[in-house]
Amino acid sequence: MTSPPASELVLSIEQLALSFGGVRALAGVDLQVRRGTISGLIGPNGAGKTSLLNCIAGFYRPQSGRIVFEGRDITRVPAARRPALGLARTFQNIALFAGMTVLDNIKLGAHCHLETGVLSALAFTAEARAEEEALREEVERDIIDFLEIEHLRNRSVASLSYGLQKRVELARALAMRPRLLLLDEPIAGMNEEETEDMARFILDIQEERGVTVVLIEHDMGVVMDLCDQVTVLSFGEQIAAGTPAEVQANPEVVRAYLGTSGGG
Amino acid sequence: MDEFLQIAVSGVVTGGIYALIAIGFVIVYKATGVINFATGELMMLGAFFAWTAMAVAKLPFAVALLLAALGAAGVGALVERVVLRPMLGQRPISIIMVTIGLSAVFKGIAQVVWGGEYRSFPAIFPRKPIELGPVILPSRQAWPFLIALAAIVLLAALFRFTRTGTAMRATANDQATAFGMGIDIRRVFSFSWVLAAVTAALAGVVVGVIGGISPQLGAVGLRIFPVVILGGLDSIGGALVGGVVMGVLENLAGGYLDPLFPGAGIKEVAPFFALVLILMVRPWGLFGTREIERL
Amino acid sequence: MIIGNFKVSYADDEALFRTPASRAWLWVLLGAVVLFPFLASDYLLYLANLVGIFTIAALGLNILTGFTGQISLGHAAFVGVGAYATAIVATRLGLPFWLAVPVGGLASCLAGALVGTPSLRIKGLYLAIATLAAQVILEWVFNNWTGMTGGIRGLNVAPAGLWGFEFDTDRRVYFLVAGLAALHTWAAANLFRTRVGRAFIAVRDRDISAELMGIDLFRTKISAFMISSYYAGIAGGLWVYFAKVVTPESFPLSLSIQFLAMIIVGGLGSIKGTIFGAVFVTLVPEGLRAVVQGATAYSPDAMSWLAPMKDIVFGGMIVGFLVFEPHGLAEIWNRVRRFFWLWPFPK
Repeated sequence: MTSPPASELVLSIEQLALSFGGVRALAGVDLQVRRGTISGLIGPNGAGKTSLLNCIAGFYRPQSGRIVFEGRDITRVPAARRPALGLARTFQNIALFAGMTVLDNIKLGAHCHLETGVLSALAFTAEARAEEEALREEVERDIIDFLEIEHLRNRSVASLSYGLQKRVELARALAMRPRLLLLDEPIAGMNEEETEDMARFILDIQEERGVTVVLIEHDMGVVMDLCDQVTVLSFGEQIAAGTPAEVQANPEVVRAYLGTSGGG
Repeated sequence: MDEFLQIAVSGVVTGGIYALIAIGFVIVYKATGVINFATGELMMLGAFFAWTAMAVAKLPFAVALLLAALGAAGVGALVERVVLRPMLGQRPISIIMVTIGLSAVFKGIAQVVWGGEYRSFPAIFPRKPIELGPVILPSRQAWPFLIALAAIVLLAALFRFTRTGTAMRATANDQATAFGMGIDIRRVFSFSWVLAAVTAALAGVVVGVIGGISPQLGAVGLRIFPVVILGGLDSIGGALVGGVVMGVLENLAGGYLDPLFPGAGIKEVAPFFALVLILMVRPWGLFGTREIERL
Repeated sequence: MIIGNFKVSYADDEALFRTPASRAWLWVLLGAVVLFPFLASDYLLYLANLVGIFTIAALGLNILTGFTGQISLGHAAFVGVGAYATAIVATRLGLPFWLAVPVGGLASCLAGALVGTPSLRIKGLYLAIATLAAQVILEWVFNNWTGMTGGIRGLNVAPAGLWGFEFDTDRRVYFLVAGLAALHTWAAANLFRTRVGRAFIAVRDRDISAELMGIDLFRTKISAFMISSYYAGIAGGLWVYFAKVVTPESFPLSLSIQFLAMIIVGGLGSIKGTIFGAVFVTLVPEGLRAVVQGATAYSPDAMSWLAPMKDIVFGGMIVGFLVFEPHGLAEIWNRVRRFFWLWPFPK
């Protein structure tokens, strides 16, 4: 495998190490993601996939190593500043805001791209009104239509099925206007139809919008179908990386998965 | 120096009583995660139970104490079963408010049953003050302090050496695991309210014997917040240390600062300044558990 | 039965009052508010002013506690800060009420920022205890900073005046209170049409994910504290021109608890619920007083039951709503409205 020219790299992770107390979650992981691709992170439970995602999103601070996003070292950038740079994510165990409607949850995603301050909010000035109207139109056109959730707009998220909640989470992540989208098990727990829909959405996001996607998934079929590149983690270490076919043929990967649930 | 000793010792006496009140509070917080704003009113009820037994039914003090404990146990069990169990898993604001609501109800009921007047306990203890070297303790303070101390020792023993105590400690440590080990969590919750109410009742009697009782006695309940924050919300040992420290601090502030600012009541407010300081520096207190953030 | 309502633009769908019917009702309500002082008795006007002032304060508390999830047990003290600041600048600097009341709001806002600062490190129950300490300490300051606050004797303030018009009776003060209450209700509703309000709710629901969505937790919480205490300060400033005197015992812990009761009974995180709550919690004790006064005909010492009955009803109301109707009167209102919408075909 030849390494891609640096200009094409959206995300480059070098020797990332993270531990909690004495427990090592990541032991020097490297990852390179090229623009406009879908990359998969796979590995048995406890391999450090979600930890890696949490480092990229800024929720965990790695002890050593570097995370470079679009040429900029973001290792020390606080989590709350990362969405404005073009990073968005979904969560493994859905983290929607239960007290808000679907529409407000999605609008919340755009938070860091909006500017209304407290005073103009209280007075609902012309600027605040214009910003909200533009946002509503953007959300309707680019997200609600696209993800086919017109009928859910005013529902409270708590009343939705698991599959629909995952879809709303994706909608909220899209409202963050990401250039790199991190998806933590986007189809876990879905039925076949929901899985197909979600896979189609992910492909469309990549192909039509040019968004780069990194996803964690246990369903090997889906990973093999969607991903251009797959990285395998085991016990916090990268044990293989390459195209889906290459990874599938790698004897070490087979060994790591033996006896674990990942066959899918 | 003698003056300092005198102030410090009466601080320890106040502190011992604070410690007893705080332990009742911590028991509930530790086992159920509830901040009990009705602690003061549980004290007040307990004190009235004992007072009624002594002043109205003319029973001896020991019997009155026992009856107060039993009555408080009943109230504690009722409160847990009827009000707090349906609130399980609600937001902290709701749980705080429900205990505040309860405290208003208790205060109202006490006013209806016993009236609003101020009452004092019949004389119980020998009048002779206790002398500890240069320090003189009036018997009205010394004896209740000894009762508080005995109650604290008893509670500590209960936690350490009985099966129920072990179950309570296990539940406080990890609810899910305790449940998995076959501990009946609902019984633990219920028992911790009973125990907290009994503790509060004893504390109420102690406070009432020293200073008399009225439906307003529950206001003392506010004083436990500096104590439990200093000691750590979930630490019984912390409640003990916190109680003594705050008692001494309050008496020192009263002894040395109040004469400089007459009428300012620095004694009353000093613990709350300390409280703010502790929250800024070390919110989990001396012996409390530091909460770990999770997604 | 309303079959449906059709909107031609998203702007229509984002309006505060979305249907022609609800807009019509708004005009009816405003009409009633304007006509009220010409029809009501002095006693009713006194109550209306109380409700109006409490509505503004409770809106502030609901923004902080109901919408942002930060518990405050010190809201009455912030009302006190606003009241004292207003009274001090009115009496010492001779500022007119239309400057003195906003000064009260700003003073309280600053105090709120100060108390809110630890909210980044401590939360939930700990924050509740911190605000309790603020209540105790501020009350102590009101009592003891005699040079500024007049101690227990308090400060007397002349009625508000504008172009020679004196707001000297409850009937006249009513216009001030109603106007400011309407303005602040509108502003609070606006807040939750924008990113600012959405961030508040997000922080309440899941603070850590909110942070990962790009919300600055500290800024959001401190904003909520400042808006909340500004509302409290404005309520305090109005209190000055309503009561004409400010004394420390007007802002006790029990008033803070009463504000919490209002937002719980009315509905945590609901603007219209706040108004319901302020009305309900203020009027129930008055209703009780009327009942007890009626009972004196049969039992001469019935009045001595009033205080304990108030305690029991007040406490019972809080416990009852929390156990049986945790979303408060606002939810009951919604249920009733849904019923009439679908009438005569209720599901």
